[in-house]
Amino acid sequence: MAEEKRDDLITVNIDGQDLQVPPGTNMVDAVAMLGKEVPHYCYHPKLSVAGNCRMCLVELGMPGKDRATGEPMLNEDGTPKIMWMPGPAIACGTKAAPGMHIKTDSPKAIESRESVTEFLLVNHPLDCPICDQAGECKLQEFSASHGRGYSRFIEEKNVKPKRTRLGPRVTLDDERCILCSRCVRFCQEVADDDVLGFTDRGSYSTLTCFPGKELANNYSLNTVDICPVGALTSTDFRFKMRVWFLKETNSIDFESSVGCNTEVSSREGKLYRVTPRRNDEVNDTWMPDSGRELYKIVEAEDRLHAASIDGQKASATDALNAASELLKTGGVAVVGSGSSTVEEQFALKKIADRIGTKDVYLVARYGEDDGLLISKDRNPNVRGALATGLISALPAEQLGDLALKINAGEVKTVFAVREDLAAAGLTEEQLAKVQIVALGTHANSTTEKAKVVIAGLTQFEKSGTVINQQFRIQKFHKAIPGPAGAIDDLAALAAIEANLSDSEESVPSVIGTAWKRIAAEVPMLSELSFQSIPDTGTLLDGSAFDSLEFVEGKSLHFEPKLEGANAQ
Amino acid sequence: MAVHPKENRLILKYADEPGYTPGIDSYLAHGGYDMLKKAVGMPPQDIIDEVKKSQLRGRGGAGFPCGVKWSFVDRKSGKPIYLICNCDESEPGTFKDRQIVHKDPHQLIEGIMISCFANNVAKAFIYIREEMPKGARILDQAIVEAKEKGFVGDNILGTDYSCDIVVHRGAAAYICGEETGLIESLEGKRANPRIKPPYFPAVLGLYNCPTIVNNVETLCNAVHILDMGAEAFAQIGRANNTGTRIWCVSGGVQRPGYYEVAGITVGELIHDICGGPLPGRTIKAIIPGGSSMKILKNGERYKGKNPDGAEYDWGLDDVPLDYDGIAAAGSMSGSGGMMVLDDTVSIPAALANLMAFYSHESCGQCTPCREGSLWLKKITARMVHGQARPEDVDLMKSVADQIEGRTICAFGFAVAWPVQSYLAKFEDEFREYATRLSDPNADRQAIKELACNG
Repeated sequence: MAEEKRDDLITVNIDGQDLQVPPGTNMVDAVAMLGKEVPHYCYHPKLSVAGNCRMCLVELGMPGKDRATGEPMLNEDGTPKIMWMPGPAIACGTKAAPGMHIKTDSPKAIESRESVTEFLLVNHPLDCPICDQAGECKLQEFSASHGRGYSRFIEEKNVKPKRTRLGPRVTLDDERCILCSRCVRFCQEVADDDVLGFTDRGSYSTLTCFPGKELANNYSLNTVDICPVGALTSTDFRFKMRVWFLKETNSIDFESSVGCNTEVSSREGKLYRVTPRRNDEVNDTWMPDSGRELYKIVEAEDRLHAASIDGQKASATDALNAASELLKTGGVAVVGSGSSTVEEQFALKKIADRIGTKDVYLVARYGEDDGLLISKDRNPNVRGALATGLISALPAEQLGDLALKINAGEVKTVFAVREDLAAAGLTEEQLAKVQIVALGTHANSTTEKAKVVIAGLTQFEKSGTVINQQFRIQKFHKAIPGPAGAIDDLAALAAIEANLSDSEESVPSVIGTAWKRIAAEVPMLSELSFQSIPDTGTLLDGSAFDSLEFVEGKSLHFEPKLEGANAQ
Repeated sequence: MAVHPKENRLILKYADEPGYTPGIDSYLAHGGYDMLKKAVGMPPQDIIDEVKKSQLRGRGGAGFPCGVKWSFVDRKSGKPIYLICNCDESEPGTFKDRQIVHKDPHQLIEGIMISCFANNVAKAFIYIREEMPKGARILDQAIVEAKEKGFVGDNILGTDYSCDIVVHRGAAAYICGEETGLIESLEGKRANPRIKPPYFPAVLGLYNCPTIVNNVETLCNAVHILDMGAEAFAQIGRANNTGTRIWCVSGGVQRPGYYEVAGITVGELIHDICGGPLPGRTIKAIIPGGSSMKILKNGERYKGKNPDGAEYDWGLDDVPLDYDGIAAAGSMSGSGGMMVLDDTVSIPAALANLMAFYSHESCGQCTPCREGSLWLKKITARMVHGQARPEDVDLMKSVADQIEGRTICAFGFAVAWPVQSYLAKFEDEFREYATRLSDPNADRQAIKELACNG
């Protein structure tokens, strides 16, 4: 290729086409760089190489060297003579070396793939019509593209267990298993919970848990994601929906400040599952099981379906007006949320500025940090609140200061956004002393006592951005519409802000336009717009907050900065 | 048991002598451990050079030159180097290592210690198959005796060289004979052979350290190479096929057994030493080197050119009984387990038996071997039960071709080669099973009896 040569790259040749790659690049990945595909089952970019499925067999050759002199052997035209190996080699077990040649579409390579495909199918139950994997099954896809299309097998197929419960969330169909060992390697290498293995030998090999163990770790559903066939299935998703009906929407896992990238699958306004989306800087291709359950909050029993004033159902407009009036009364404290989006936090900051209160709080939410993809900070967006200036110090778990001010009568109205004040330490007595405006998605003791309740949207029903522990701003998109009586949080806040404003300049209620204001006013976000943030997020410069002692420990792609008191 | 005059006993020289016991006293009385004493006074590289010069080839199956194997060992990694004695003798038809372990264990220990000293190994393992419990006890006892005398353990023979030997018993899996499967098993895991690259034992072997894996008989030869010198050793047998080999003959001959020979032909082994076929029978074919190897049909001619240009035209009996001779005839000497099939043997039944074995022993890791071996078993089983279809013969060939060369380890060849060679040499028999004997009116009981060898 005519591209400029980089010293750290080497040239390999794939099907006659030269390609520059870093030395040691896996040849499956190298072929992908050319926009081609070497079909494979067992190879996974984030796991060790097992080389057992044999689907990625290609022809492999290296430039010949004269044994006696060590000189390169040349063809008549002066090009290096390629010594092709007599048998096919697995691309996944081959690392790029200078001058390496591979053929992915030679008759030998094609015959190898057809052979392996035939072998994989001889004992496969071929139960695609009732299999959840159908539609996203590698065996199904490759059988179509690399199979011969007919069967020569007339023997009885092997019989294996059809519905083994491997753990609370994973169900195994052993007959569909092609023994690629991805799940075994995932448990050993990523989840650090070595519970899966094979029993029996040969074609009777059976995937199972070690005796007395179960696949119960909080990452168990990743085995379902990486299973190339329908062997490992999610007990929750099993038999619920054909995957080709599902619409995928990019989203973010809200359960901690790691901000795993996810994909939300929905159909006709109903959510069916959450799966991880690859981001090599954040979560690779993994996510915790707990984050996948979050879609259930949408249809939870305590979901708020409409706004209310004094306990009476009200229209969103009336509720917003009532809320605005209350906020004008003075002595107002604002309790924001680390699970609001950057845009909502920005709008809330504007509201706080309009009413001139310094009493702005955030509720911290801490848990155990699992060292992998759940951090100690269980709010997805505390850094957004810092960036937008809503808060300037790390929040506390309890609203102790606010309690004192309520006791002293300094605070008479509390605007609680997505937070339960009782859970944050305010007593019944204190709650009774103040007027509450609550914006939230689910009923709790705060919404019960609130004078005005505005029903907001969950992360699945709106779009927005959050800033994770790395100061990576990541966006998520609306997958389904919210309940009819609910209103987008940003729109609600923008409306309140507009009601409080004397001038015409108020926060836009639409995310794209809101970002024009944000970029203009928030120094850390000055270069950005909602559209310009890529799907894998943008890393921000968080050095302005180096003095804060963030709580996060080490996780998959995050090493906490040892600054402040810890460093000394 | 009298030793046949055509035998050339080196390794089994004393093993069958009356009164010779596996105890260390017997071994010492016959010059035992003298070569270890000599070795520890030599520079290790000289021993490696001597083994290289002797042209000793591995006796386990592939016949790879032992000295060259040793020279591949990564000595710069800073990691310990391990030596593993592969005593997982499980190739059907092979029972030579068992003789050494049971009758002359100290010779093996001396061979291991010389090899360990030459390669700066501080820990050696003997991986012995589960089905040799007595052998494991004998080896354990022998190591205790050798330790008492200072031949194994700390400060061997008063030098500052120390090396321990550990006997590890397998759990009865054929695949543990494959060296990387053996290493996995030794590490306590399921014996799934490793992918090469990157896991070449000489670089990333046991516990990802450089590792030498040698067969029992190969290691014993180290003693004799030091004893007689590489040049004298290389005089035994033909060039590139030096030293003696212990052949295990089973099947349709008058005197099956193990015979240590050098420089003879297949015919001399079968007819002179083993007494030829049983009365009234004729030899149909031989499987020269353990059940994985390609079959050689009696009556075929093997023609070709030697490297020196001389042309040869052999019948089965004329084939030189060594690596290159059998390779020239289109098979491999393998592990030295020669099976003689006489005219009473049904070749499809023999193949069905073999496929039952291989499908049972396939580790199940990689697709072609896992699925192909069981498929072939199902076809051959159907065939010998009189339910074959005419197209099954071609199907079997095709399935075997689809396995060959596409697997992680050599087991794929071990499944494919018998099918390919039996079909190539005895296609008529298979066709007969597939057509005449699949007739619905055929006498099924008779077919079963024929398949089960009467």
